[in-house]
Amino acid sequence: MSDKKFYRHLIRERYCKGCNICVAYCPKKVLELKDGKVFAARPDDCIGCLMCELRCPDFAIEVKPRDAAASDGADERVVDLQVPPEAHDA
Amino acid sequence: MSETLSYFRQDRLPHIWCPGCGHGTITGALVRAIDRLGLDKNKIMLVSGIGCSSRAVGYLDFDTLHTAHGRALAFATGLKVARPDLKVIVMTGDGDCTAIGGNHFIHAARRNIDITTIVMNNNIYGMTSGQYSPMTPKGMLATTAPYGNSERDFDLAELAKAAGATYVARGTSFHVPMLIELLEQALQNKGFSVVEALSQCPTYMGRKNKIGSAVDMLEWIKGRTVNAKAAAALPPEKVQGKLLIGELHKSSQPEYCDEYLKATAKVRRAWKNIDGGLRGCEQNSD
Ligand SMILES: Cc1ncc(C[n+]2csc(CCOP(=O)(O)OP(=O)(O)O)c2C)c(N)n1
Ligand code: SF4
Ligand code: SF4
Repeated sequence: MSDKKFYRHLIRERYCKGCNICVAYCPKKVLELKDGKVFAARPDDCIGCLMCELRCPDFAIEVKPRDAAASDGADERVVDLQVPPEAHDA
Repeated sequence: MSETLSYFRQDRLPHIWCPGCGHGTITGALVRAIDRLGLDKNKIMLVSGIGCSSRAVGYLDFDTLHTAHGRALAFATGLKVARPDLKVIVMTGDGDCTAIGGNHFIHAARRNIDITTIVMNNNIYGMTSGQYSPMTPKGMLATTAPYGNSERDFDLAELAKAAGATYVARGTSFHVPMLIELLEQALQNKGFSVVEALSQCPTYMGRKNKIGSAVDMLEWIKGRTVNAKAAAALPPEKVQGKLLIGELHKSSQPEYCDEYLKATAKVRRAWKNIDGGLRGCEQNSD
């Protein structure tokens, strides 16, 4: 299992309309809706297939590679919503 | 997408499309195809008509024209003839393209003018609240077909092929990687290219016909299509009544702007740039 790749999910909450498409088509059931917005409930299970990113009609979710160690708390409650999600890639 | 998000007018997002509307997925696929081909943003013109689908150009950061209902191809034709160096892309809906704009579609295909047309086909007039369109399947409900549509099914890809388009394909908002590839091919074809992209309108098509959520609509689209390559190997009963997806037609024919420039070479004034300049012809000298 040493070559397992890890991913994180860049979510633009402002764009997400909670249509459930990404949640339904994630083959690993990584995503969930909470209060009408998507969040990555089990990011470690993500296989990076991009099915959520490509099918999202609202450009609200993106999958990015990450280091195994740098798991950044899955729950969006720990995320500062004042900071645009792209800022972490700058 | 972070990279491709730079092709959007981000101050206009989030867009007005309903939750789960397939038009956003198709717009995303187009942007990814453009990004993969590495096309110059400043050399692309997007033209659209009127409809939910035609709103797409308002969100995209290219030079864009949002024209009158059904007339996107008419404007695009003028544009392409005036500036053959630009890549012209038309984004249109099934109502916009096949009903009021049907004649423009036939003639653009007949001329084989170098325009890529992407028809976002949700089988209904979304913007005006769910009237049936020429692409509404027989028997399905719409606000103007309360007892079921009594008109026959219509195959836009066959029309495009018969009228002379040199690249014809059909994709869906469910099969996104395939749609991106088809759009890439269409953008590379020199001539009239048509990609019919099946889309879902959960708000009108879905509700009127009790199909269910956006996900149920994607399943519906998946169920009514079959891959054109796989279809050849499948037993006929599995293909019967289904729409083929994938590349449906490709040919090589003289392109309209090239032919026009050839025909008018003798009498044309030579233009150095858009502001005029060198005038190289003996006739018409004023
Ligand atoms: C000349 C003219 N006739 C009628 C209309 C009304 N109208 C606006 S959008 C539309 C249909 C759009 O349907 P479609 O192209 O399928 O796009 P969708 O909204 O489904 O994406 C109509 C009939 C108009 N704007 N202009
Ligand atoms: S597909 Fe997009 S808009 Fe729909 S729930 Fe997922 S992230 Fe939100
Ligand atoms: S009415 Fe239909 S086509 Fe228009 S935005 Fe809503 S879902 Fe999309």
